[in-house]
Amino acid sequence: MIKHLLSMKQLAPDDVTHVLDTANSFREVGTRVIKKVPALRGRSVVNLFYENSTRTRISFELAAKRLSADVINFSATGTSVAKGESLKDTALTLQAMGADAIVIRHQSSGAPTALTRWVTGSVINAGDGTHEHPTQGLLDLYTMRERFGHIEGLRVAIIGDVLHSRVARSLTFGLSMMGAEVTLVGPPTLIPPDAPSWGAKVSYDVDDVLPKLDVCYMLRVQNERQRRQFFPSVREYSRLFGLSRARVAVLPEEAMIMHPGPMNRGVEIASEVADLPRAVMEEQVTNGIAIRMSLLYLMMTDG
Amino acid sequence: MEEAEIARATTRIAHQILERNKGAAGLVFVGIAARGDHLAYRLAREIERIEGTEVAVGVLDITFYRDDIGLRSEAPEIHETRIGFDITGKTVVLVDDVLYTGRTIRAAMDALVDFGRPDVIQLAVLVDRGHRELPIRADYVGKNVPTRKDEIVRVALNEVDGEDAVIMEEPA
Repeated sequence: MIKHLLSMKQLAPDDVTHVLDTANSFREVGTRVIKKVPALRGRSVVNLFYENSTRTRISFELAAKRLSADVINFSATGTSVAKGESLKDTALTLQAMGADAIVIRHQSSGAPTALTRWVTGSVINAGDGTHEHPTQGLLDLYTMRERFGHIEGLRVAIIGDVLHSRVARSLTFGLSMMGAEVTLVGPPTLIPPDAPSWGAKVSYDVDDVLPKLDVCYMLRVQNERQRRQFFPSVREYSRLFGLSRARVAVLPEEAMIMHPGPMNRGVEIASEVADLPRAVMEEQVTNGIAIRMSLLYLMMTDG
Repeated sequence: MEEAEIARATTRIAHQILERNKGAAGLVFVGIAARGDHLAYRLAREIERIEGTEVAVGVLDITFYRDDIGLRSEAPEIHETRIGFDITGKTVVLVDDVLYTGRTIRAAMDALVDFGRPDVIQLAVLVDRGHRELPIRADYVGKNVPTRKDEIVRVALNEVDGEDAVIMEEPA
């Protein structure tokens, strides 16, 4: 197994299958009365979060704790970072304290890669700038494989703000590597110009894509990342690209609706659609813990 | 050991389990992956044949409870754990193919108590090859096989390997 997980592109299809298979066993652990195994007893995992995040941080924290690792949460606010400490000095401090793995989320693309130069432990990218979020990609692959039994040949549309979405990048790389058929959908301003090189098709028309899907993956409109106006108004975006009740009716019956969260109900997804049984956001969250346990276990126990 | 011997040993152990526990009431089997689970199913079939009682069988993977995690060059392969019943108050018979250092059984007992509080835990193995490193012994043994530490004892079972056999191999 790899030492650091920085990008989905580091993984070969066999690695992905191995991580997903291992996650299966960890999902079983999550169903026990005592949801904890001693696999990583005595190791420490640092959650280094420079950006606000609730679900990813809690998911990593639970994953590490269920493996009996010691978890230290380090967020940018209220710590030495707020006093102006550089990433390098923070890294050297954590290194000196003997962190066995560092889970990092950072607003700058490439920060996790930089971190690997300063620490000896494993580094896991939990989202860097607009680059990648590989653990989210893996948990989404897991969720799809659970439902359909395979990933190869699945028709997946990733709809919305692809430009700012590290989730879209990781997931697209993973899906095309595993042989799925990916279409990126959104307004032209929110589709990155290099998208065709990701191994995906591009479409600007949601209604054209929906009838031929196995998975409809909605992305969050990232208002906080939008320095410029990429679309005229939220209402217009919602009308043209939002997943409404009427659009769900066009989806094939067995198609699954996914969203990485947090959702903007009424913007990219209608509130009633988010509550449909075929919208599997809670499954994604549950699977996320198993995938992160699998990664921590595989990366930290290889000699 | 070959097919007929393994079959006779399995039948004998089934009888011993029934004798020791005065029947099959409250009895459950937990096999340790990836060979002990198949032996556990065989024992359950034997007991059903003898007593007409069905005994529940669970599968336990002990990987997460090993004491050598991180000492080996690669993360050990993980199998599925499936214990679909409550073990609290039960007589749990752990089943494994080979008893050697006892570390697997130590890990299995640690894992088991995370699932509940059995009244009794007993241990059944097909082969006891000696060289214990922990104070652990088996309640039911198919065959005691004296070995050197550097020898390799491999159990093949029809369900996974296509034949029944206990094979001794010289170190490579």
